[in-house]
Amino acid sequence: MTATDPPRTQAPSLFTRARRRLTWVDSFLWVIRVGAVLLIAWGLIGSIQRFTAGLGPTGSQWRDLLVAAIAFGAMYGLIAIGYSMVYGVLGFINFAHGEVFMSGAFIGYFAATALSNGGLWQSNPIIAMLLTLLVSMATSTFMAVLVERVAYRRLRSSPRLIPLITSIGVSFFLQYSFLGLFGATVRTYPTLPPFMTGNIDILGVPVQRSQLLVIVVAAVAMSGLWQFVTRTKTGRAMRAVAEDKEIAALMGINVDRTIVTTFAVGGAMAGIAGMLYGQLYGVSFFMGFLPGIKAFTAAVLGGIGVIPGAMAGGVLLGLFEGVGPLLILGGLGIASPSQLRDAVAFSALVLVLIFRPSGLFGEAVGAEDRA
Amino acid sequence: MATTTTPTTSAATSSAPAPAAPGVDVARAVRVGAIGSVALAFVAAIGMLQTFDNRVVFVPFLSLGDVIFFAVPLVTGYLAGVVPPGPMGGTPRVSAARALLGAAIAGVVVAALPAVLIATLRSDLDLRRTFPNLSPGLAQILTLGQEGAAGYLALLAVCVGLALVGGALLLTEERMRRAVVRGVEIVLVLALIELIARQFLGNLGLGALHQRLYVTNSGLRWLPAVVLFVLFTAVSYVLAGRRASARERMLRTGPERQRRSLIVTLVLAAALLVMPMLVGSIVNELFVNVGLFMLMALGLNIIVGYSGLLDLGHVTFFAVGAYGMAVLTSPASPGFAPELGWWLALPIIVAMAAAAGIFVGTPVIRLRGDYLAIVTLGFAAILERLFISDWLRPYFGGAQGIRRIPGVSVGATTVSGTDPRAMLYLTIGFVLVAVYVSWRLQGSRIGRAWAALREDETTAQAMGVDTTKAKLMAFVAGAMISSFAGALFAAKVGSVFPNSFELLVSIVILVIVIVGGMGHIPGVLLGAVVLIGILGGPRLPGLLQEFQDYKMLIYGTLLVYMMLMKPEGLLPSVRRTRELHQEEFLQDAWFDKKGHFTDDPDATGAEVAVTEASAPPIAGDAADGTEPR
Repeated sequence: MTATDPPRTQAPSLFTRARRRLTWVDSFLWVIRVGAVLLIAWGLIGSIQRFTAGLGPTGSQWRDLLVAAIAFGAMYGLIAIGYSMVYGVLGFINFAHGEVFMSGAFIGYFAATALSNGGLWQSNPIIAMLLTLLVSMATSTFMAVLVERVAYRRLRSSPRLIPLITSIGVSFFLQYSFLGLFGATVRTYPTLPPFMTGNIDILGVPVQRSQLLVIVVAAVAMSGLWQFVTRTKTGRAMRAVAEDKEIAALMGINVDRTIVTTFAVGGAMAGIAGMLYGQLYGVSFFMGFLPGIKAFTAAVLGGIGVIPGAMAGGVLLGLFEGVGPLLILGGLGIASPSQLRDAVAFSALVLVLIFRPSGLFGEAVGAEDRA
Repeated sequence: MATTTTPTTSAATSSAPAPAAPGVDVARAVRVGAIGSVALAFVAAIGMLQTFDNRVVFVPFLSLGDVIFFAVPLVTGYLAGVVPPGPMGGTPRVSAARALLGAAIAGVVVAALPAVLIATLRSDLDLRRTFPNLSPGLAQILTLGQEGAAGYLALLAVCVGLALVGGALLLTEERMRRAVVRGVEIVLVLALIELIARQFLGNLGLGALHQRLYVTNSGLRWLPAVVLFVLFTAVSYVLAGRRASARERMLRTGPERQRRSLIVTLVLAAALLVMPMLVGSIVNELFVNVGLFMLMALGLNIIVGYSGLLDLGHVTFFAVGAYGMAVLTSPASPGFAPELGWWLALPIIVAMAAAAGIFVGTPVIRLRGDYLAIVTLGFAAILERLFISDWLRPYFGGAQGIRRIPGVSVGATTVSGTDPRAMLYLTIGFVLVAVYVSWRLQGSRIGRAWAALREDETTAQAMGVDTTKAKLMAFVAGAMISSFAGALFAAKVGSVFPNSFELLVSIVILVIVIVGGMGHIPGVLLGAVVLIGILGGPRLPGLLQEFQDYKMLIYGTLLVYMMLMKPEGLLPSVRRTRELHQEEFLQDAWFDKKGHFTDDPDATGAEVAVTEASAPPIAGDAADGTEPR
């Protein structure tokens, strides 16, 4: 800045400085945005060309991929609800939620094995599976509430990063406690009864029954949750606390109890997801980590704090990571794209935050979120 | 051992007018005992007691497993009688009845779950399919080798006896208590570093002394252990009388503090120069690993400690450094192999790391801190997948990695992993550079911008701090320092593999920074020495191999414990402590002004005013919309 002519040099310099600062980051983000769109479009065109040329997966393979992706997404959605609700109420990412999911799957496995040894799993599979589901839900609920009580409650008023770091610690503590207690082996649920394996035709589309089960259970759980949140007094209290804790307290809501309920409900949903995931893919101490982070991605995708958004975000993320690698990366001619499944899921997170940080169904990011 | 030293408790020393001592709190004793019982059963069930039983720390009778076993009832017995600080911050004196009776009750309760565990282990139930770590050997440890009913009695006797010792400790003067804890800590550390002590003393020509103190590949002999314990306890008791109160020390700044830290620095520097000469290659290699983690932690310290941005994918920059070095220097690099020299490649790598820092930071620079955390984690995961993928195998070698990375040429010689001593000197050199850079940055203009950003972003912005630039600069500086670690790692190991850069590394670096003390260079260095030196990194062994299976469990526990009890870390930075305990500071100042509970008679009104005025606001309470207190 030259001091020769202050009125003329200062005003534009301030202006250009502000503009330069904005455009620097903005232009970088725009480059990424445009690049991402072009890349995805290029991949899609490539895939369509390959498909019409008879290369790559066939139509029925794509259909199977799609169904599997939806089933996966439904589970992500169930886990994402816990993230979304806790974030809505307390404003921090509960990293340990992935482990809440894992614990439900794990203890559910023991229940299922016990039922299988007792014979109920074979003789009366529906009741046995319902019992297993209850055990999973109870475990995860208990775990979520326990973690809240032991670790998070006394951090309510501390700076925001403190509970986040605590939850990372809790996450690793739980993971490696399960490793220490139960060992590192991957355990598989007892096999499903014959009427739940194989395919079933829905509107002429063959769907694997186990995947259909996942989708149906997730849908039932979701609608149940929705009824709970919108129709009951407790649900209303939860929404009020999420809106404004202080005013909710002034209106006579027991904030502490409502927060515990929030954790419990999120835990129960994670427990359902855990049982479903476990009986499809087996359980191990490490199973909660990646699904946990991906479910958080789903919650952000749908708009964090918005319950239907979490479910929609889950399904979308499931689709994106299930079909995306083959559809987009395959179209770009990348070798063995399925290896990059996780990378695609995390890229989705980055892209969502670049394109629409408030998520698909969230309100525009307010001043407080930008802070 | 688990005494917490928040300013509130330290403010309430003996001179405070003690309220009436409350009677025996049975409910508290039972509650504390139950927690202890669960803890003991837990460490037993995950196999910790048995694994650590192989390492004898006090020859011939006390193993590390026993130490852990005995510590639980001891701490429980102590905590059972503690009176929680009241709203006025004072801790009333504890009556003998409360301490001892409470401890006894807690001791009995502690024994409950382990007793159940013993009964199950002795029964015919086959539990090992569910709990692989439950084996008959465990019952032996818990019962001290006694059979039948005598076993249960032995367990009960140990629990109650040690709980009573803990309770008795509560009755002693606080200064004495601290001295005893310090003595136990020092003797325990001395017992655990037998390997280092052996090489150190051996190279000094004091092998005979080692023979007197230690048993090779084991721990301290019991008699020297007792003597050392008494000695160190006495010394710390005497020293404690001369030391200022914790709060006073925290408030002390300026030349005196600087002079002290200069002396400490000089002594440490001298030790650093001599130490690698006096120990063998295993220990030197161990210290190289510590040094690499120090570099990464110093880098993360700029991001998390100085600027308050949570970066969960810090391993990214380490990976960029290591893979960059591998590609640029190794003749075996599959794609692009310019085969540069190490020093020539270094600036390129540092520039790459800086670019990576900008790339990772930019997408979320305007969003809230937790998004940043998850995105950095996401980037680290993406990078790991890319390195391991078949797609980029022609460039990065996929799962096989890149081999044949040459060492660092220094003068006529080449330093590589085969010569840990030279490697250690090189690493120390880089750590010193990083420390200097961190230290200079902290007080610089950008450093103050970081502090403002950390404490309150909105206010910082209002004061004219360019927050976007400050955030990106933090990422750039942190990434550059960490890329040194990657470059050294590549030269040391001679090859890079994707699984050296797993996500767990990021978490371990975070634990180092947090345990040591966010934003405090000596704290971060100490954190790296203690954690990496003793426990080791995710894939690197530490001094104690027994910890291998329990590392991450301990890291997770430490993270939770530190956040709940001592968020400012073991060696806290003055400023950070004030931020994190602002409420307590203000409360203390208020009490001082009112004349209640004055803990030190020197506290004048002027000092109080300073405290109140200089205590900065806690990071964005009002701005974040978190609940005001």
